[in-house]
Amino acid sequence: MAKMHVEVVSTEQLIYSGEAEFLVAPAQEGEIGVYPRHVPLLTRIKPGVLRLTVPGSKDEVLVAVSGGMMEVQPTHITVLADTAIRGEDIDEARANEAKRAAEETLKKSVDDLDTAKAHAALAVAIAELKALDYLRKRVH
Amino acid sequence: MAVGKEILTKIRSVQNTQKITRAMQMVATSKMRKTQERMRAARPYAEKVRTVMAHLAQANADLEHPLLARRDVIKRAGIIVVTSDKGLCGGLNANILKRFFSKVKELQDADVKVDVCCLGQKGLSAAQRTRLNVTASAVHLGDVPKMDKLIGPLTVMLKQYADGELDAVYIVYSRFINTMKQEPALEQLLPLSPDNMVVEHTHSWDYLYEPNALDVMEFLVKRYIESVVYQSVAENMASEQAARMVAMKSATDNAGNAIKQLRLVYNKSRQAAITKELSEIVSGAAAV
Repeated sequence: MAKMHVEVVSTEQLIYSGEAEFLVAPAQEGEIGVYPRHVPLLTRIKPGVLRLTVPGSKDEVLVAVSGGMMEVQPTHITVLADTAIRGEDIDEARANEAKRAAEETLKKSVDDLDTAKAHAALAVAIAELKALDYLRKRVH
Repeated sequence: MAVGKEILTKIRSVQNTQKITRAMQMVATSKMRKTQERMRAARPYAEKVRTVMAHLAQANADLEHPLLARRDVIKRAGIIVVTSDKGLCGGLNANILKRFFSKVKELQDADVKVDVCCLGQKGLSAAQRTRLNVTASAVHLGDVPKMDKLIGPLTVMLKQYADGELDAVYIVYSRFINTMKQEPALEQLLPLSPDNMVVEHTHSWDYLYEPNALDVMEFLVKRYIESVVYQSVAENMASEQAARMVAMKSATDNAGNAIKQLRLVYNKSRQAAITKELSEIVSGAAAV
């Protein structure tokens, strides 16, 4: 099967670099699936889960992203995430705690900056929890 | 013996200084490793953004983003100067500021007004001392580059540029080459020059954009600039720690030399005093 090279980078580090057969990304206008030889596409991505089907492995690679940008070239995909974290590295308790704290702030805050920050934190936490959900489904 | 005591006091004071410089050296060494890792970690993103920008620049012909457009007349320019917050790091800040002031002079000679944005205390003090127009600043950056601290001053500059108040934006920082070598670097941030982007394709093609071309471009250009600034600050921090480590190492060595010399003088004068005393006793005995 045809393959494409996928690179996922966040501002802090390189998250994933390698081959993939299929990719699902949370694009701005809805989730999109990308096979190799896709037409060039440039899209913003929403907070959510990125799923990669890697050749030779039954399990998908999951990456939680908090939004960013994706460039699709026929044989090459680059994901520029604002922050991203590999599925295996997510700490559920911490994600839940972050979600709760963000919701708390949203309820109380009157300040625009606080609200914006809380929204961002909430989006990240939800993306992480979603990725965990996928991981769990895979196990059972 | 008065002379001996004075020298001893001096030796002690140099030893105390040496203790401080040695401690600073060790702190800088451990921090340097971390800052270098951070700098390296941020590199893939910067490279990828640059690649995508390059693709975009060659793909899309019919739409030009205001941030990419070249301006013919430059009346007012902005310079972002990245320095450290603290001193005692050798010639690092002096070199950055030298590069900075030469650019300022070059611009002013060409009748261009200069606005300055300072990231780091040292640059801010220098700019205020020379009465430059400081429009934004961020100090006390710490050892970890944080985007939320940089974003404020950066937004001020970008907004001024978008409003047409500024016609060009430069950034001066210290590029980390290796532990022994850091070089001041000056880059043009805006307008983005397509020259420094690699172009490899020949046939014409274009992206599909989602949600639309302008939105995507705006987002990407912003991320690109943020990434350049972030990377500059990260490099500057790594340079700072490396420069401090080297400076403090040579200070420690120098203190060691000074102590050695002082010890020599002290021992000599002690010997001289003993010899003098002995000869006094001997000559006294001879006289009897």
